[in-house]
Amino acid sequence: MELSTLWFLLIALLFIGYFVLEGFDFGVGMLLPVLGRDDRERRVLINTIGPVWDGNEVWLITAGGAMFAAFPEWYASLFSGFYLPLLLILLALILRGVAFEYRGKRPAASWKRRWDWCIVFGSVVPAFLWGVAFANIVRGVPLDAGHNYTGSLFTLLNLYALLGGLTTVALFLTHGAIFVALKTTGDIRHRANLLAERLGVCAAIAAVLFLGATLLRRATPAAVVLAVLAALCLVGGLIANRMPSRTDPQGRREGWAFAGTAAAIALAVASLFADLYPFVLPSTVDPLTNSLTVTNASSTPYTLKIMTWVALVFTPIVLLYQGWTYWVFRKRIGTSQIPEEPAPVPAAGGRTA
Amino acid sequence: MDATELARWQFGITTVYHFLFVPITIGLSFLVAGLQTAWSRTGNEKWLKLTKFYGKLLLINFAMGVVTGLVQEFQFGMNWSEYSRFVGDIFGAPLALEALLAFFLESTFLGLWIFGWDKLPKKIHLACIWIVAVGTVLSAYFILAANSWMQNPVGFRINPERGRAELTDFGAVLTNKVAMITLPHTITGAFLTAGALMAAVAMWHLVRRPGRDTEAFRSAVKLGSWTSLVAMALLFITGDIQGKIMTEVQPMKMAAAEALYNTEQPAPFSLFTIGTLDGSRPVWSLDVPRVLSFLATGTFDGRVQGINDLQAEYAARFGPGDYTPNIPVTYWSFRLMIGLGILAALLALWALWAIRKGRSPSPHRRSTRLLMWGMIALPLLPLAANSFGWIFTEMGRQPWIVFSQMKTAIAASPAASSGDVITSMVVYTLLYGALAVVEVGLLLHYARAGLPDVTPPPAAESDEDRPLAFAY
Repeated sequence: MELSTLWFLLIALLFIGYFVLEGFDFGVGMLLPVLGRDDRERRVLINTIGPVWDGNEVWLITAGGAMFAAFPEWYASLFSGFYLPLLLILLALILRGVAFEYRGKRPAASWKRRWDWCIVFGSVVPAFLWGVAFANIVRGVPLDAGHNYTGSLFTLLNLYALLGGLTTVALFLTHGAIFVALKTTGDIRHRANLLAERLGVCAAIAAVLFLGATLLRRATPAAVVLAVLAALCLVGGLIANRMPSRTDPQGRREGWAFAGTAAAIALAVASLFADLYPFVLPSTVDPLTNSLTVTNASSTPYTLKIMTWVALVFTPIVLLYQGWTYWVFRKRIGTSQIPEEPAPVPAAGGRTA
Repeated sequence: MDATELARWQFGITTVYHFLFVPITIGLSFLVAGLQTAWSRTGNEKWLKLTKFYGKLLLINFAMGVVTGLVQEFQFGMNWSEYSRFVGDIFGAPLALEALLAFFLESTFLGLWIFGWDKLPKKIHLACIWIVAVGTVLSAYFILAANSWMQNPVGFRINPERGRAELTDFGAVLTNKVAMITLPHTITGAFLTAGALMAAVAMWHLVRRPGRDTEAFRSAVKLGSWTSLVAMALLFITGDIQGKIMTEVQPMKMAAAEALYNTEQPAPFSLFTIGTLDGSRPVWSLDVPRVLSFLATGTFDGRVQGINDLQAEYAARFGPGDYTPNIPVTYWSFRLMIGLGILAALLALWALWAIRKGRSPSPHRRSTRLLMWGMIALPLLPLAANSFGWIFTEMGRQPWIVFSQMKTAIAASPAASSGDVITSMVVYTLLYGALAVVEVGLLLHYARAGLPDVTPPPAAESDEDRPLAFAY
């Protein structure tokens, strides 16, 4: 296999990792006002992802870095062309990250409410815009001979891309609801299960429409197979979410359900990448000469070779310790385990002098 | 302003802002790791309290460092696509390695450290914060290797067909002599900053809350101040070596730092200048003879090239054009970097003096009020010094984005309009401004709150409903 093709696969893998992991982060964030009825419940929700969301976000940073290193032309055309959507995504991710860290740092309800809205905004916006962005990548955008984007913001907001955005939102909502069901106890768990059932139906419809529309434009055999598998996994996950757990009659088979939505997201993203190959960013203007492909967008074989060795050695290590984190924090949490907040600090004072 | 000019402003704003958090994170992660190690070794509770106290300040900072770092990575593609196309084959690799080798490490193990107090064995929990600290240095190394390549491009060839620079020797990029000296200089700068922060906060408590956790805060003043003092000494040494390497690879930057227009041998060091810096009119300046010769070459009678000669030389080599960076900016940022750093170290020394031999500054004395103003300035000075250091480094390289290879003027994104760049600049500036208010407010709030009460973490694996040791 050509190294550039290997790196296309690795970048696909990094985005798959990102969407599977941050997908449920986004879902939990979007569901914050829906599933969290009071502050304590909202804290339960945030703490289900508390120890891991930061590590999950690094998948995006790594995907961006890998894109820069392995396909500089792709990185340059994509990031400069999708300027305003990316700006919005960054804005959202900034607010979200800060909100997780800061919302509990003051006891006032108004303080927390404001950060809660930042979490919701910071989860909905990227969840939607990543779908829009990937739909446009697969669909192709106007690129000139210098591989520079010549369209406007509205070029990116076509119907197909908007459908892509809705699909990612619906998928991440379902994924997040199931994650909450998997990680919590008691009432929240039950409500998350019920919500996942309803959300799952919307996600399935959206995903079938979107992947169908993708394959109607251009279908490669691998993309078709992966899309069908994605749909099957999603349905499987939703069925598991309705089956009673063997150990706990109150619960459902959330582990299997989560595996189902995770696999569905992974396979759906894989299907998009399979459909894209050998292009990385097709041009809708003069597709034959202006499109970016794995060949004309890639770095030199020397750079790719070095990066391949590093990736082969270190990716398993990263996977191991990230996996270990999930193991350390594997226990379900509930409202009773949320500690009281530290006593409020005396205003400006306690001065003894 | 055209898109390039705007993109430059944006890069300056976002980078300086990002770099307010980075040095605190680097330095404080090591100091917190040290505090926790002291607790683990001695069992003395004051170390645990200090660990948790400064750990919280570290976390408030870390969050900002991470999210503003995202902007930095995306910015190359968004605002500087021509640059990215030209250097991606070389520049992208350290960025990717930074993410894969350092960011994953930092963020994963920080999560384990924050939430793992009762879930991990004590030693493994301690190891987590050390891994975070090492991760921050790894991070710094890769990003400085990338930046150093822009200062002193090595290990590459130009491919005229593809119109880009291509990597030929990755080892040369990773062992670039500019990177090798910039890394220790940057890290010690981080220690100066974090030490100053630690000492200042602790001193505030000693004066304002006498009798409360006195012993712990005395230890923190000592640790923080000594860290700053040692760091300043190392900053001198590393800065000196860096100056010599800079003179070798970017003589124009050294000339600009000194506003030295004519080649001189021996060259004097200009302490400061009043008047114009553009060399057109005579200026009054206070000079120390021969010192620049030593700084630049290592001997007191070394020859230092001036701006005019270098300009002529570059014009002959690279074609007609202006190869002189903005002299007032480089001249003053260079001086402010050094001067503010020294001032911070002196304040740290003052803090040590104020608590010598078990003394504590009396709240009623006038000198104590002065000391408190000094303590407020203490963490701000190195932060400003760091910023000026970067402004000097980056502005001193102009008009090149990659020294001698690519000019900044042709590096911006053709696809991003001025409107796009203005929009993002306004968004970032407003957002960063608002977040700065929140962040400073929180830091003050927690710095003022004092040491937390600590109950030893309960024995692991007890009952199911036990509250988590830490939760958001």
